[in-house]
Amino acid sequence: MITLGDYLLVSGILFSIGFAGVMLRRNLIIILMSLELMLNAANLSLVAFSRFRVDPGGLPNYNAQVFVFFIVTVAAAEVAVGLAILVALFRVRQTTDVKDISSLKF
Amino acid sequence: MSPFLFWVFALMTLTFGAAVVVNRNPVASALSLVVSFLGLAALFMSLDAFFVGIIQVLVYAGAVMVLFLFIVMLINLQTEERRQINWFAVVGGIGVALILVVQICFVIGHFRAARQTFPPLVRSTTDDVWNIGALLFRDYNLPFQIVGVLVLVATIGVVLLSKRAPR
Repeated sequence: MITLGDYLLVSGILFSIGFAGVMLRRNLIIILMSLELMLNAANLSLVAFSRFRVDPGGLPNYNAQVFVFFIVTVAAAEVAVGLAILVALFRVRQTTDVKDISSLKF
Repeated sequence: MSPFLFWVFALMTLTFGAAVVVNRNPVASALSLVVSFLGLAALFMSLDAFFVGIIQVLVYAGAVMVLFLFIVMLINLQTEERRQINWFAVVGGIGVALILVVQICFVIGHFRAARQTFPPLVRSTTDDVWNIGALLFRDYNLPFQIVGVLVLVATIGVVLLSKRAPR
């Protein structure tokens, strides 16, 4: 049988993949995609806990699913703003490589 | 859901998630991300969260991915030149991610509830969307309105950001 731990394991590995993407890649678009992977890994463990903690009425705990709804909304807004910044940057610098955008670096 | 299907969809999610990071071509990465999100939506459905699974497909595999693909094709990144790989960053990044995985495995191994299976559900008289909607509009009404304001601000911000500066 599938246990809660299996879902948490998948969620943790997915989060680590996204984290490795943010650390390794230098392309801003890929970094944004990896951020999405990390947010979705968090969503998966929220939904798993929601299903695990059944109410006395026999329904899953819907609070976590409302959380997931909010996370999805905020993530969509974040992607839109991030990509708009990327396009504005590309217009000025002709690059999406984070190594070329270090003028604020001390 | 049968364990076989669970592992199929979990492997699909993880493999294509890794493909997002590994692929050099951003278009291939974006398409891998779509498949990864579809696998994740299937996992949501296996947890009886049908509403969440459907918004996963609609919002991520639909809207967000179209946005990513549109931007990738707009700024035409096909020729990402091969720069020399910074081995220190590669080894460090993979090392930190592996340490994170080991830590998570350790925590899950010592978490007693993680070894239990999911309790059975009672068949509800109302459907999933109704239950979430009722909670959203009763208990979480204020956060819901705030998210609406957030989306409005994001829209205005995006329009302002993508407008050309007046000369």
